[in-house]
Amino acid sequence: MTKKQKNLLVRVLAAGALLLAGALFPSGKLPPLRAALFLAAYGIVGHDILRKAYRGILHRQVFDEHFLMSVATVGAMLLGEYAEGVAVMWFYQIGELFQSCAVDRSRRSISALMDIRPDYANVESDGALARVDPDDVAIGSVIVVQPGEKVPIDGVITEGVSTLNTAALTGESLPRDVRAGDEIVSGSVNLSGLLKVRTTKAFEESTASKILELVENAGERKARSEQFITKFARVYTPAVCGGALALAVLPPLVRMLFLSLPPLWGAWVYRALTFLVISCPCAIVVSVPLSFFGGIGGASRQGVLIKGSNFMETLANVKTVAFDKTGTITHGNFAVSGVHHGTMPDEQLLEYAALAESHSSHPISRSLRRACGKALALDRVAQVREISGHGVLACVDGREIAAGNRNLMHAQGVACTDCHEPGTVVHLAVDGAYAGHILIADEIKPDAKAAVAALREAGVRRTVMLTGDTQATADAVAAAVGIDEVHAGLLPADKVAFVERLLAQKGRKDVLAFVGDGVNDAPVLARADLGIAMGAIGSDAAIEAADVVLMDDDPRKIALAIRMAQRCMRIVYENIFFALAVKFLCLALGALGIANMWLAIFADVGVMVLCVLNAIRALSAKKL
Amino acid sequence: MKKSYRIEVDCANCANKMEAAARGTAGVKDASVNFMALKMKVEFEPGADEAAVMRAVLENCKAVEDECEIYW
Repeated sequence: MTKKQKNLLVRVLAAGALLLAGALFPSGKLPPLRAALFLAAYGIVGHDILRKAYRGILHRQVFDEHFLMSVATVGAMLLGEYAEGVAVMWFYQIGELFQSCAVDRSRRSISALMDIRPDYANVESDGALARVDPDDVAIGSVIVVQPGEKVPIDGVITEGVSTLNTAALTGESLPRDVRAGDEIVSGSVNLSGLLKVRTTKAFEESTASKILELVENAGERKARSEQFITKFARVYTPAVCGGALALAVLPPLVRMLFLSLPPLWGAWVYRALTFLVISCPCAIVVSVPLSFFGGIGGASRQGVLIKGSNFMETLANVKTVAFDKTGTITHGNFAVSGVHHGTMPDEQLLEYAALAESHSSHPISRSLRRACGKALALDRVAQVREISGHGVLACVDGREIAAGNRNLMHAQGVACTDCHEPGTVVHLAVDGAYAGHILIADEIKPDAKAAVAALREAGVRRTVMLTGDTQATADAVAAAVGIDEVHAGLLPADKVAFVERLLAQKGRKDVLAFVGDGVNDAPVLARADLGIAMGAIGSDAAIEAADVVLMDDDPRKIALAIRMAQRCMRIVYENIFFALAVKFLCLALGALGIANMWLAIFADVGVMVLCVLNAIRALSAKKL
Repeated sequence: MKKSYRIEVDCANCANKMEAAARGTAGVKDASVNFMALKMKVEFEPGADEAAVMRAVLENCKAVEDECEIYW
């Protein structure tokens, strides 16, 4: 608890004791002493509300909850209802205390993300470590990150082996092993070894700073329901004050002037005061922003950054999802997925292919070397001739190797067997005889199928894959993960045109989300109703262009984000409708004289506490 | 020029009130309050004096929400 909260708690407890003493005081005996007990309790618990109401009037901000509470409680006491007047103020303050503690708790539970701001960087000078402001570290400097410290600036490891905890950035709890040559991002925590890092970015441009900026800016874009509440409160509070005034004055006048009945001023003023307490809009004005705050915070704890509460609304209504294939459904790297029709052991074939291509840095050649998995002695290769667009001819261990596509085999006069699986095929001929082919394909992410199924469950009706890849490859990937529609062979500009076509086809309230990895697809991310960038760590362009940023590259997070947004919106509407329904019901009862001050306290504080408790649910990702 | 300030405020609605107050201050082009991060982001009009504008912003905020604070 903060000092302010402790202070309020002490006041509430002290006033509670006095209130109890006053209530138990035998009525009829020493009325001035009883009144003094109540007045003391009221002063202790409510003096700041009175002061705020007074200051509000001075600043021409008359109609706020402080004003409502002050008028209602002072009025009740003037009518002689001391216990009720004090109790209203007392419960109101308990509600405030409760709400303040609830906000603090939610804030603390998402503070892991806010904790990524590094305070200093270690720079080595003259053999000693010096702590400097990370802002002052130039690009290309070498910094030292000790075990237990946060990586302050993005960079490449030059020395050292360690494990990094990236949980605050990605929500991924598994530590990541790193060694010299690996790129690491700021905000991750060094767990074990000492690392020397050459910085590749300025502090301002580093991941941690970018993410913090994004999170801090999330307040800029307010959801429609939030704007509605602000406007609502502006009209609502003056309206109920007018209503209360009418209730206090009109019925007695009517009774007196037209019905020749006694006016009963006291009873009608009491009803009007009850009306005021009930109508206090705290439950709504507090719980709606708190729900969004919890929803955005809870999502960020899962590695899903939502750039504003308006995108929370959009995200909850996603009905069409268009994917860029590479980097979202597939890893975007090439790997050997099979060796077919080999006339010799697969390892042998792979080794020949890897050796023949050992001088190339093409992704295909690299994937062959990786699949071969052992150190290759380059002196086994001689007479390498690269034939552009065909492949390579080389002499390995004295044998003539030809590795390349069908055209190369035709040129060599070798009959080859086509592969019926999608991907890139490297045919091999050894000493002029066909020796089989190696299939190289982009790997589908293991969770991609589950991710698409989860999207369906989250209410997505149409899934579309847009890719620059060939139709055969795209069809195979789409079939494997369960995507409905495929559009292949697209250039980046075509993707924008396709998204526009999809936008024209969908319903007016439905939302089209585009998911990309941020490479070359910034225009599409911006054109879709909602742009989702994934695996965004280290990609500034994606963070800029997208509305929702998935920190890691797990495609299942898309459905998780949609579900969290749907729940958040449900909570917001639940709170709005629940609070308004209870209030209007109690207002009606109050105007008819059925509701007393105690029911009014429930309608105000009780409803507020229930709404706040409901709002806090938006934080958790459980049961989603 | 855009700058971000640490703030103190008790409730989400009070934060919205502060935001409205800051927006209405002379020299401020746009302002937003993030209750989650307890930050106020202020975009100044060209040529505005930061310190003077922020003093006015704080004064306006205090008028709508007594117990708020802005640090700069």
